Amino acid sequence: MGIDRRKFLKIAGVSSLVTLGGGASLLALNSPAGASHGEVEHHAEGEEVKAPEKGVKRWGMVIDMRKCSEHKDCTKCIDACHYVHNVPHFENRKEEVKWIWKEEYEKAFTDIGTLHKYNPKEIVEEKFLCLCNHCDHPPCVRVCPTKATFRRPDGIVAMDYHRCIGCRFCMAACPYGSRSFNWKDPRLGLRGRKLNPEFPTRMRGVVEKCNFCVERLAQGLKPACVEACPDGVLVFGDLNDPDSEIRKVLAENYTVRRKPELGTAPSVFYII
Amino acid sequence: MYDAGKIIIGLLIFAGFMTFPLWYNGGKAAPIPEPKVLTKGKCVEDTAYMRAAHMQLLNEWRDQALRDGNREYVNHRGEKVWISLQNTCMKCHSNKDEFCDRCHTYAEVKPYCWDCHYTPKESKKWASTEGNS
Ligand code: HEC
Ligand code: HEC
Ligand code: HEC
Repeated sequence: MGIDRRKFLKIAGVSSLVTLGGGASLLALNSPAGASHGEVEHHAEGEEVKAPEKGVKRWGMVIDMRKCSEHKDCTKCIDACHYVHNVPHFENRKEEVKWIWKEEYEKAFTDIGTLHKYNPKEIVEEKFLCLCNHCDHPPCVRVCPTKATFRRPDGIVAMDYHRCIGCRFCMAACPYGSRSFNWKDPRLGLRGRKLNPEFPTRMRGVVEKCNFCVERLAQGLKPACVEACPDGVLVFGDLNDPDSEIRKVLAENYTVRRKPELGTAPSVFYII
Repeated sequence: MYDAGKIIIGLLIFAGFMTFPLWYNGGKAAPIPEPKVLTKGKCVEDTAYMRAAHMQLLNEWRDQALRDGNREYVNHRGEKVWISLQNTCMKCHSNKDEFCDRCHTYAEVKPYCWDCHYTPKESKKWASTEGNS
Protein backbone atom coordinates (compact mmCIF):
# COMPACT_ATOMS: atom_id res chain seq x y z
CA MET A 1 0.00 0.00 0.00
CA GLY A 2 1.59 3.24 -1.14
CA ILE A 3 1.12 6.67 0.30
CA ASP A 4 0.53 9.41 -2.23
CA ARG A 5 2.48 12.65 -2.48
CA ARG A 6 -0.27 14.86 -1.19
CA LYS A 7 -0.82 12.76 1.88
CA PHE A 8 2.90 12.59 2.57
CA LEU A 9 3.28 16.35 2.35
CA LYS A 10 0.31 16.86 4.66
CA ILE A 11 1.72 14.54 7.30
CA ALA A 12 5.18 16.04 6.94
CA GLY A 13 3.79 19.55 7.23
CA VAL A 14 1.70 18.85 10.28
CA SER A 15 4.44 16.98 12.09
CA SER A 16 7.03 19.68 11.43
CA LEU A 17 4.59 22.30 12.74
CA VAL A 18 4.05 20.27 15.87
CA THR A 19 7.80 19.85 16.37
CA LEU A 20 8.49 23.52 15.78
CA GLY A 21 5.75 24.51 18.18
CA GLY A 22 7.09 22.18 20.84
CA GLY A 23 10.62 23.51 20.28
CA ALA A 24 9.52 27.09 20.55
CA SER A 25 7.70 26.52 23.82
CA LEU A 26 10.79 24.82 25.22
CA LEU A 27 12.83 27.86 24.23
CA ALA A 28 10.29 30.13 25.86
CA LEU A 29 10.50 28.11 29.07
CA ASN A 30 14.29 28.33 29.01
CA SER A 31 14.60 32.05 28.40
CA PRO A 32 14.41 33.96 31.70
CA ALA A 33 11.54 36.32 30.80
CA GLY A 34 9.93 33.95 28.32
CA ALA A 35 9.47 36.98 26.13
CA SER A 36 11.73 36.10 23.23
CA HIS A 37 8.99 35.57 20.68
CA GLY A 38 6.44 37.78 22.37
CA GLU A 39 8.38 40.70 20.98
CA VAL A 40 8.02 39.48 17.46
CA GLU A 41 4.28 39.05 17.78
CA HIS A 42 3.68 42.46 19.28
CA HIS A 43 5.92 44.24 16.84
CA ALA A 44 5.45 47.97 17.21
CA GLU A 45 3.76 48.68 13.92
CA GLY A 46 2.40 45.25 13.04
CA GLU A 47 2.38 46.47 9.47
CA GLU A 48 1.01 44.01 6.94
CA VAL A 49 3.68 42.95 4.49
CA LYS A 50 1.46 40.48 2.71
CA ALA A 51 0.03 41.78 -0.53
CA PRO A 52 -3.65 42.69 -0.34
CA GLU A 53 -6.16 40.48 -2.09
CA LYS A 54 -7.07 41.70 -5.54
CA GLY A 55 -10.05 44.01 -5.58
CA VAL A 56 -10.07 44.52 -1.82
CA LYS A 57 -10.13 48.20 -0.96
CA ARG A 58 -8.38 49.82 1.96
CA TRP A 59 -9.68 53.34 2.50
CA GLY A 60 -7.26 55.96 3.75
CA MET A 61 -6.79 59.70 3.91
CA VAL A 62 -3.97 62.18 3.57
CA ILE A 63 -4.23 65.58 5.27
CA ASP A 64 -1.94 68.19 3.77
CA MET A 65 -1.30 70.56 6.68
CA ARG A 66 0.80 72.85 4.47
CA LYS A 67 -2.36 73.76 2.61
CA CYS A 68 -4.69 73.58 5.62
CA SER A 69 -2.60 75.97 7.70
CA GLU A 70 -3.08 78.72 5.14
CA HIS A 71 -6.74 78.92 6.15
CA LYS A 72 -6.65 78.97 9.92
CA ASP A 73 -10.25 79.99 10.50
CA CYS A 74 -11.73 77.65 7.92
CA THR A 75 -14.12 75.05 9.31
CA LYS A 76 -15.78 74.01 6.05
CA CYS A 77 -14.90 70.30 6.37
CA ILE A 78 -16.05 70.20 9.97
CA ASP A 79 -19.31 71.97 9.18
CA ALA A 80 -20.00 69.69 6.22
CA CYS A 81 -19.38 66.53 8.23
CA HIS A 82 -21.38 67.65 11.20
CA TYR A 83 -24.26 68.71 8.95
CA VAL A 84 -24.31 65.51 6.89
CA HIS A 85 -24.32 63.33 9.99
CA ASN A 86 -26.45 65.52 12.24
CA VAL A 87 -23.69 65.76 14.82
CA PRO A 88 -25.05 67.86 17.71
CA HIS A 89 -23.34 70.92 19.09
CA PHE A 90 -23.13 71.55 22.82
CA GLU A 91 -21.36 74.54 24.36
CA ASN A 92 -20.16 72.61 27.40
CA ARG A 93 -16.81 70.95 26.52
CA LYS A 94 -17.66 67.91 28.62
CA GLU A 95 -20.74 67.23 26.51
CA GLU A 96 -18.97 67.87 23.23
CA VAL A 97 -19.73 65.51 20.36
CA LYS A 98 -17.34 65.58 17.42
CA TRP A 99 -16.48 63.52 14.37
CA ILE A 100 -13.77 65.77 12.93
CA TRP A 101 -12.07 68.59 14.80
CA LYS A 102 -8.91 70.65 15.20
CA GLU A 103 -6.35 69.70 17.84
CA GLU A 104 -3.14 71.31 19.07
CA TYR A 105 0.14 69.80 17.93
CA GLU A 106 1.08 68.62 21.39
CA LYS A 107 -2.17 66.72 21.82
CA ALA A 108 -2.27 65.35 18.30
CA PHE A 109 1.32 64.13 18.20
CA THR A 110 2.40 62.90 21.61
CA ASP A 111 5.15 60.77 20.10
CA ILE A 112 8.21 61.76 22.12
CA GLY A 113 10.34 61.84 18.97
CA THR A 114 8.27 64.64 17.50
CA LEU A 115 8.11 66.73 20.67
CA HIS A 116 11.08 68.95 21.36
CA LYS A 117 11.33 72.63 21.96
CA TYR A 118 13.24 73.43 18.77
CA ASN A 119 10.41 72.46 16.43
CA PRO A 120 9.27 75.22 14.05
CA LYS A 121 6.92 77.62 15.77
CA GLU A 122 4.38 77.42 12.95
CA ILE A 123 4.00 73.71 13.47
CA VAL A 124 3.91 73.76 17.25
CA GLU A 125 1.21 76.42 17.17
CA GLU A 126 -0.69 74.76 14.37
CA LYS A 127 -4.13 73.22 14.88
CA PHE A 128 -4.23 69.79 13.28
CA LEU A 129 -7.30 68.34 11.69
CA CYS A 130 -8.18 65.14 13.53
CA LEU A 131 -10.70 62.39 12.93
CA CYS A 132 -11.03 58.67 13.50
CA ASN A 133 -7.88 57.02 12.18
CA HIS A 134 -9.63 53.85 11.03
CA CYS A 135 -6.73 51.83 12.36
CA ASP A 136 -5.54 48.49 11.06
CA HIS A 137 -5.42 47.35 14.67
CA PRO A 138 -8.23 49.29 16.32
CA PRO A 139 -8.13 48.96 20.11
CA CYS A 140 -11.74 50.15 20.31
CA VAL A 141 -12.88 47.08 18.37
CA ARG A 142 -10.96 44.75 20.67
CA VAL A 143 -12.65 46.04 23.79
CA CYS A 144 -16.22 46.40 22.54
CA PRO A 145 -18.26 43.75 24.38
CA THR A 146 -21.17 43.73 21.89
CA LYS A 147 -19.26 44.04 18.60
CA ALA A 148 -21.12 47.31 18.08
CA THR A 149 -17.89 48.66 16.67
CA PHE A 150 -16.13 46.49 14.13
CA ARG A 151 -13.60 46.66 11.34
CA ARG A 152 -14.96 46.26 7.85
CA PRO A 153 -12.92 44.43 5.19
CA ASP A 154 -12.24 47.80 3.55
CA GLY A 155 -10.60 49.03 6.74
CA ILE A 156 -13.38 51.30 7.95
CA VAL A 157 -13.91 51.03 11.67
CA ALA A 158 -17.68 51.16 11.69
CA MET A 159 -20.29 51.60 14.39
CA ASP A 160 -23.52 49.66 14.55
CA TYR A 161 -25.48 52.02 16.77
CA HIS A 162 -28.18 49.43 17.21
CA ARG A 163 -25.82 47.36 19.31
CA CYS A 164 -24.12 50.09 21.32
CA ILE A 165 -24.88 49.76 25.01
CA GLY A 166 -22.97 52.89 25.98
CA CYS A 167 -20.34 51.18 28.14
CA ARG A 168 -17.64 53.54 26.78
CA PHE A 169 -14.86 50.93 26.84
CA CYS A 170 -14.07 52.04 23.29
CA MET A 171 -13.59 55.61 24.46
CA ALA A 172 -11.11 54.48 27.05
CA ALA A 173 -9.31 52.34 24.49
CA CYS A 174 -9.05 54.89 21.69
CA PRO A 175 -5.76 56.78 22.03
CA TYR A 176 -6.91 59.53 19.67
CA GLY A 177 -10.00 60.85 21.42
CA SER A 178 -12.00 60.07 18.32
CA ARG A 179 -15.10 58.95 20.14
CA SER A 180 -17.79 60.99 21.84
CA PHE A 181 -20.47 59.93 24.27
CA ASN A 182 -24.00 61.27 24.11
CA TRP A 183 -24.50 62.46 27.66
CA LYS A 184 -27.63 64.27 26.57
CA ASP A 185 -30.30 63.70 23.97
CA PRO A 186 -28.35 64.77 20.88
CA ARG A 187 -31.49 66.28 19.39
CA LEU A 188 -31.19 69.05 21.98
CA GLY A 189 -27.90 69.96 20.33
CA LEU A 190 -29.50 70.16 16.90
CA ARG A 191 -32.11 72.79 17.77
CA GLY A 192 -32.42 75.48 15.14
CA ARG A 193 -29.85 73.72 13.00
CA LYS A 194 -30.36 72.61 9.44
CA LEU A 195 -30.84 68.85 9.51
CA ASN A 196 -29.85 66.29 6.93
CA PRO A 197 -33.10 64.30 6.74
CA GLU A 198 -31.32 61.42 5.00
CA PHE A 199 -29.29 60.48 8.05
CA PRO A 200 -30.47 59.39 11.51
CA THR A 201 -29.48 61.13 14.71
CA ARG A 202 -28.14 59.16 17.62
CA MET A 203 -29.74 58.91 21.04
CA ARG A 204 -28.71 59.55 24.60
CA GLY A 205 -26.38 56.86 25.91
CA VAL A 206 -24.57 55.78 22.76
CA VAL A 207 -21.04 56.50 21.58
CA GLU A 208 -20.42 57.98 18.14
CA LYS A 209 -17.57 58.85 15.81
CA CYS A 210 -16.48 59.41 12.21
CA ASN A 211 -17.58 56.65 9.85
CA PHE A 212 -15.43 57.67 6.85
CA CYS A 213 -18.82 58.37 5.26
CA VAL A 214 -19.69 54.71 4.60
CA GLU A 215 -23.19 55.74 3.62
CA ARG A 216 -21.79 58.08 0.96
CA LEU A 217 -19.13 55.65 -0.26
CA ALA A 218 -21.95 53.12 -0.78
CA GLN A 219 -23.43 55.58 -3.26
CA GLY A 220 -20.13 56.25 -4.98
CA LEU A 221 -19.63 59.64 -3.33
CA LYS A 222 -16.54 60.98 -1.61
CA PRO A 223 -16.56 61.71 2.12
CA ALA A 224 -18.34 64.95 2.94
CA CYS A 225 -15.23 66.62 4.40
CA VAL A 226 -13.18 65.87 1.28
CA GLU A 227 -15.90 67.22 -0.95
CA ALA A 228 -16.30 70.37 1.16
CA CYS A 229 -12.64 71.39 1.27
CA PRO A 230 -12.00 74.05 -1.38
CA ASP A 231 -8.22 73.89 -0.95
CA GLY A 232 -7.44 70.27 -1.74
CA VAL A 233 -6.21 69.56 1.78
CA LEU A 234 -7.87 66.17 2.02
CA VAL A 235 -7.04 63.29 -0.29
CA PHE A 236 -9.15 60.18 0.13
CA GLY A 237 -8.69 56.88 -1.66
CA ASP A 238 -7.79 53.22 -1.83
CA LEU A 239 -4.44 52.48 -0.20
CA ASN A 240 -4.38 49.04 -1.81
CA ASP A 241 -4.47 50.49 -5.30
CA PRO A 242 -0.92 51.46 -6.33
CA ASP A 243 -2.30 53.72 -9.06
CA SER A 244 -4.64 55.69 -6.81
CA GLU A 245 -4.20 59.40 -6.17
CA ILE A 246 -3.64 58.82 -2.47
CA ARG A 247 -0.79 56.40 -3.14
CA LYS A 248 0.76 58.93 -5.48
CA VAL A 249 0.55 61.63 -2.82
CA LEU A 250 2.04 59.25 -0.25
CA ALA A 251 4.87 58.29 -2.59
CA GLU A 252 5.73 61.91 -3.35
CA ASN A 253 5.53 63.35 0.17
CA TYR A 254 6.95 62.39 3.53
CA THR A 255 3.99 61.75 5.82
CA VAL A 256 3.51 61.05 9.52
CA ARG A 257 0.73 59.45 11.49
CA ARG A 258 -0.59 60.11 14.97
CA LYS A 259 1.03 58.08 17.76
CA PRO A 260 2.53 55.37 15.54
CA GLU A 261 4.41 53.96 18.54
CA LEU A 262 1.17 52.48 19.82
CA GLY A 263 0.99 50.06 16.93
CA THR A 264 -2.57 50.82 15.93
CA ALA A 265 -1.48 51.55 12.34
CA PRO A 266 -3.70 54.53 11.48
CA SER A 267 -4.88 55.04 7.92
CA VAL A 268 -4.88 58.84 8.21
CA PHE A 269 -1.60 60.42 7.13
CA TYR A 270 -0.31 63.97 7.61
CA ILE A 271 1.93 66.05 5.40
CA ILE A 272 3.43 68.55 7.80
CA MET B 1 -76.35 29.44 56.34
CA TYR B 2 -74.62 32.39 57.82
CA ASP B 3 -74.04 35.73 56.06
CA ALA B 4 -75.50 34.58 52.75
CA GLY B 5 -76.18 38.21 51.79
CA LYS B 6 -72.57 39.28 52.28
CA ILE B 7 -71.25 36.34 50.30
CA ILE B 8 -73.60 37.01 47.42
CA ILE B 9 -72.63 40.69 47.32
CA GLY B 10 -68.98 39.69 47.38
CA LEU B 11 -69.50 37.28 44.52
CA LEU B 12 -71.32 39.92 42.50
CA ILE B 13 -68.47 42.41 42.96
CA PHE B 14 -65.98 39.71 42.01
CA ALA B 15 -67.94 38.85 38.87
CA GLY B 16 -68.10 42.54 38.02
CA PHE B 17 -64.34 42.92 38.20
CA MET B 18 -63.69 39.76 36.26
CA THR B 19 -65.86 40.85 33.35
CA PHE B 20 -64.68 44.46 33.44
CA PRO B 21 -62.72 44.22 30.16
CA LEU B 22 -65.79 42.82 28.39
CA TRP B 23 -68.28 45.55 29.21
CA TYR B 24 -65.87 48.47 29.58
CA ASN B 25 -65.82 49.13 25.83
CA GLY B 26 -69.55 48.64 25.61
CA GLY B 27 -68.92 45.20 24.20
CA LYS B 28 -67.13 46.61 21.13
CA ALA B 29 -63.47 45.93 20.42
CA ALA B 30 -61.24 48.91 19.68
CA PRO B 31 -61.57 49.73 15.97
CA ILE B 32 -59.09 47.98 13.75
CA PRO B 33 -56.55 50.52 12.61
CA GLU B 34 -56.57 51.65 9.01
CA PRO B 35 -53.08 52.69 8.04
CA LYS B 36 -53.29 55.37 5.39
CA VAL B 37 -51.23 54.67 2.31
CA LEU B 38 -50.15 57.74 0.36
CA THR B 39 -48.51 56.25 -2.70
CA LYS B 40 -49.90 54.13 -5.48
CA GLY B 41 -48.19 50.96 -6.58
CA LYS B 42 -46.47 48.33 -4.54
CA CYS B 43 -44.56 48.09 -1.33
CA VAL B 44 -41.08 46.61 -1.11
CA GLU B 45 -42.70 43.20 -0.74
CA ASP B 46 -46.34 42.04 -0.99
CA THR B 47 -48.73 43.80 1.35
CA ALA B 48 -49.55 40.63 3.26
CA TYR B 49 -45.87 39.87 3.74
CA MET B 50 -45.18 43.43 4.85
CA ARG B 51 -48.03 43.41 7.31
CA ALA B 52 -46.81 40.21 8.89
CA ALA B 53 -43.06 40.57 8.64
CA HIS B 54 -41.96 44.19 8.21
CA MET B 55 -40.12 44.09 11.53
CA GLN B 56 -38.08 41.08 10.47
CA LEU B 57 -37.42 42.70 7.11
CA LEU B 58 -36.15 45.85 8.81
CA ASN B 59 -33.81 43.80 10.99
CA GLU B 60 -32.52 42.04 7.91
CA TRP B 61 -32.04 45.37 6.17
CA ARG B 62 -30.15 46.82 9.10
CA ASP B 63 -27.74 43.90 9.32
CA GLN B 64 -27.22 43.64 5.58
CA ALA B 65 -26.52 47.37 5.22
CA LEU B 66 -24.34 47.88 8.26
CA ARG B 67 -22.71 44.55 9.05
CA ASP B 68 -22.35 43.13 5.54
CA GLY B 69 -21.86 46.53 3.92
CA ASN B 70 -24.36 45.73 1.17
CA ARG B 71 -27.12 48.29 0.81
CA GLU B 72 -28.91 46.72 -2.10
CA TYR B 73 -31.84 44.48 -1.28
CA VAL B 74 -33.35 42.18 -3.90
CA ASN B 75 -37.01 41.53 -3.18
CA HIS B 76 -39.11 38.50 -4.08
CA ARG B 77 -40.08 40.13 -7.36
CA GLY B 78 -36.41 40.35 -8.26
CA GLU B 79 -36.30 44.15 -8.03
CA LYS B 80 -33.40 45.97 -6.46
CA VAL B 81 -34.30 48.23 -3.54
CA TRP B 82 -31.91 50.66 -1.82
CA ILE B 83 -31.85 49.79 1.86
CA SER B 84 -32.83 52.70 4.03
CA LEU B 85 -35.46 53.18 6.67
CA GLN B 86 -35.56 56.94 6.23
CA ASN B 87 -34.85 57.22 2.52
CA THR B 88 -36.86 54.25 1.27
CA CYS B 89 -39.67 53.21 3.67
CA MET B 90 -40.37 56.68 4.97
CA LYS B 91 -40.22 58.35 1.55
CA CYS B 92 -43.37 56.43 0.59
CA HIS B 93 -44.81 56.25 4.09
CA SER B 94 -43.95 59.82 4.99
CA ASN B 95 -47.14 60.03 7.07
CA LYS B 96 -45.65 58.09 9.95
CA ASP B 97 -48.42 59.20 12.33
CA GLU B 98 -51.20 57.95 10.06
CA PHE B 99 -49.36 54.84 8.96
CA CYS B 100 -46.80 53.18 11.25
CA ASP B 101 -48.11 54.83 14.41
CA ARG B 102 -51.75 53.94 13.81
CA CYS B 103 -51.00 50.24 13.89
CA HIS B 104 -48.39 50.46 16.58
CA THR B 105 -50.64 52.36 18.95
CA TYR B 106 -53.32 49.76 18.40
CA ALA B 107 -50.88 46.89 18.93
CA GLU B 108 -49.16 48.68 21.82
CA VAL B 109 -45.72 48.38 20.29
CA LYS B 110 -43.29 51.23 20.65
CA PRO B 111 -40.41 50.69 18.25
CA TYR B 112 -37.38 52.51 19.65
CA CYS B 113 -36.19 53.25 16.10
CA TRP B 114 -37.57 56.77 16.31
CA ASP B 115 -35.10 57.75 19.00
CA CYS B 116 -32.67 58.11 16.10
CA HIS B 117 -34.50 57.65 12.81
CA TYR B 118 -37.06 60.28 11.86
CA THR B 119 -39.19 61.75 9.11
CA PRO B 120 -38.79 65.40 8.10
CA LYS B 121 -42.34 66.07 9.31
CA GLU B 122 -41.69 64.68 12.78
CA SER B 123 -38.32 66.37 13.14
CA LYS B 124 -40.06 69.77 13.15
CA LYS B 125 -40.89 69.05 16.78
CA TRP B 126 -37.26 69.16 17.83
CA ALA B 127 -35.35 70.86 15.03
CA SER B 128 -35.88 72.76 11.88
CA THR B 129 -34.97 71.59 8.43
CA GLU B 130 -35.00 75.14 7.16
CA GLY B 131 -33.14 76.83 9.99
CA ASN B 132 -29.72 78.37 9.52
CA SER B 133 -26.86 75.94 9.76
C1 HEC C 1 -42.49 52.57 -3.30
C2 HEC C 1 -43.21 53.01 -2.13
C3 HEC C 1 -43.11 52.16 -0.87
C4 HEC C 1 -41.97 51.87 -0.17
C5 HEC C 1 -40.53 52.23 -0.52
C6 HEC C 1 -42.39 51.13 1.00
N1 HEC C 1 -43.73 50.97 0.99
FE1 HEC C 1 -44.84 49.98 2.35
N2 HEC C 1 -46.46 50.15 1.20
C7 HEC C 1 -46.55 50.88 0.04
C8 HEC C 1 -47.89 50.75 -0.51
C9 HEC C 1 -48.40 51.42 -1.78
C10 HEC C 1 -48.60 49.89 0.37
C11 HEC C 1 -50.03 49.42 0.25
C12 HEC C 1 -50.16 48.33 -0.75
C13 HEC C 1 -51.56 47.80 -0.79
O1 HEC C 1 -52.47 48.48 -0.34
O2 HEC C 1 -51.70 46.70 -1.28
C14 HEC C 1 -47.66 49.54 1.43
C15 HEC C 1 -47.97 48.70 2.50
C16 HEC C 1 -47.18 48.52 3.62
C17 HEC C 1 -47.56 47.80 4.81
C18 HEC C 1 -48.86 47.06 5.05
C19 HEC C 1 -49.97 48.02 5.41
C20 HEC C 1 -51.25 47.34 5.67
O3 HEC C 1 -52.27 47.94 5.33
O4 HEC C 1 -51.25 46.24 6.19
C21 HEC C 1 -46.53 47.91 5.70
C22 HEC C 1 -46.46 47.35 7.10
C23 HEC C 1 -45.48 48.65 5.03
N3 HEC C 1 -45.91 49.03 3.78
C24 HEC C 1 -44.26 48.96 5.60
C25 HEC C 1 -43.18 49.39 4.85
C26 HEC C 1 -41.81 49.37 5.30
C27 HEC C 1 -41.36 48.92 6.69
C28 HEC C 1 -41.03 49.80 4.28
C29 HEC C 1 -39.52 49.85 4.21
C30 HEC C 1 -38.90 48.58 4.41
C31 HEC C 1 -41.92 50.15 3.19
N4 HEC C 1 -43.21 49.88 3.57
C32 HEC C 1 -41.51 50.68 1.98
C33 HEC C 1 -45.53 51.62 -0.53
C34 HEC C 1 -44.21 51.58 -0.15
C1 HEC D 1 -50.65 46.97 9.53
C2 HEC D 1 -50.22 47.54 10.75
C3 HEC D 1 -48.78 48.07 10.83
C4 HEC D 1 -48.20 49.04 10.05
C5 HEC D 1 -48.81 49.84 8.94
C6 HEC D 1 -46.84 49.18 10.54
N1 HEC D 1 -46.60 48.30 11.57
FE1 HEC D 1 -44.84 47.99 12.47
N2 HEC D 1 -45.70 46.60 13.67
C7 HEC D 1 -47.02 46.21 13.63
C8 HEC D 1 -47.25 45.23 14.66
C9 HEC D 1 -48.60 44.55 14.94
C10 HEC D 1 -46.04 45.03 15.33
C11 HEC D 1 -45.75 44.12 16.50
C12 HEC D 1 -45.44 42.76 16.03
C13 HEC D 1 -45.00 41.86 17.14
O1 HEC D 1 -44.85 42.29 18.27
O2 HEC D 1 -44.80 40.69 16.81
C14 HEC D 1 -45.07 45.89 14.67
C15 HEC D 1 -43.74 45.96 15.02
C16 HEC D 1 -42.82 46.78 14.41
C17 HEC D 1 -41.43 46.83 14.74
C18 HEC D 1 -40.76 46.00 15.82
C19 HEC D 1 -40.95 46.69 17.12
C20 HEC D 1 -40.37 45.99 18.30
O3 HEC D 1 -40.35 46.62 19.36
O4 HEC D 1 -39.95 44.85 18.17
C21 HEC D 1 -40.85 47.75 13.93
C22 HEC D 1 -39.38 48.15 13.92
C23 HEC D 1 -41.88 48.30 13.09
N3 HEC D 1 -43.07 47.68 13.40
C24 HEC D 1 -41.67 49.28 12.15
C25 HEC D 1 -42.67 49.83 11.37
C26 HEC D 1 -42.49 50.95 10.48
C27 HEC D 1 -41.20 51.68 10.26
C28 HEC D 1 -43.70 51.18 9.91
C29 HEC D 1 -44.07 52.28 8.91
C30 HEC D 1 -43.27 52.38 7.72
C31 HEC D 1 -44.62 50.19 10.41
N4 HEC D 1 -43.96 49.40 11.32
C32 HEC D 1 -45.93 50.10 10.02
C33 HEC D 1 -47.98 46.66 12.76
C34 HEC D 1 -47.78 47.62 11.78
C1 HEC E 1 -29.11 54.79 18.53
C2 HEC E 1 -29.66 55.29 17.31
C3 HEC E 1 -30.47 54.33 16.44
C4 HEC E 1 -31.57 53.57 16.80
C5 HEC E 1 -32.26 53.52 18.13
C6 HEC E 1 -31.96 52.86 15.62
N1 HEC E 1 -31.11 53.17 14.59
FE1 HEC E 1 -31.11 52.35 12.75
N2 HEC E 1 -29.44 53.40 12.29
C7 HEC E 1 -28.82 54.33 13.08
C8 HEC E 1 -27.68 54.87 12.39
C9 HEC E 1 -26.78 55.97 12.91
C10 HEC E 1 -27.60 54.20 11.17
C11 HEC E 1 -26.51 54.33 10.13
C12 HEC E 1 -26.94 55.03 8.92
C13 HEC E 1 -26.00 54.78 7.80
O1 HEC E 1 -24.86 54.36 7.96
O2 HEC E 1 -26.47 55.03 6.70
C14 HEC E 1 -28.73 53.29 11.13
C15 HEC E 1 -29.03 52.46 10.05
C16 HEC E 1 -30.15 51.66 9.95
C17 HEC E 1 -30.52 50.89 8.78
C18 HEC E 1 -29.74 50.74 7.51
C19 HEC E 1 -29.42 51.97 6.75
C20 HEC E 1 -30.47 53.04 6.67
O3 HEC E 1 -30.17 54.12 6.13
O4 HEC E 1 -31.61 52.85 7.11
C21 HEC E 1 -31.71 50.28 9.06
C22 HEC E 1 -32.52 49.38 8.14
C23 HEC E 1 -32.07 50.66 10.41
N3 HEC E 1 -31.09 51.50 10.91
C24 HEC E 1 -33.22 50.24 11.05
C25 HEC E 1 -33.53 50.53 12.35
C26 HEC E 1 -34.70 50.02 13.01
C27 HEC E 1 -35.75 49.11 12.37
C28 HEC E 1 -34.65 50.49 14.27
C29 HEC E 1 -35.64 50.22 15.40
C30 HEC E 1 -35.97 48.85 15.66
C31 HEC E 1 -33.45 51.32 14.40
N4 HEC E 1 -32.79 51.31 13.21
C32 HEC E 1 -33.04 51.99 15.55
C33 HEC E 1 -29.20 54.69 14.34
C34 HEC E 1 -30.21 54.08 15.06
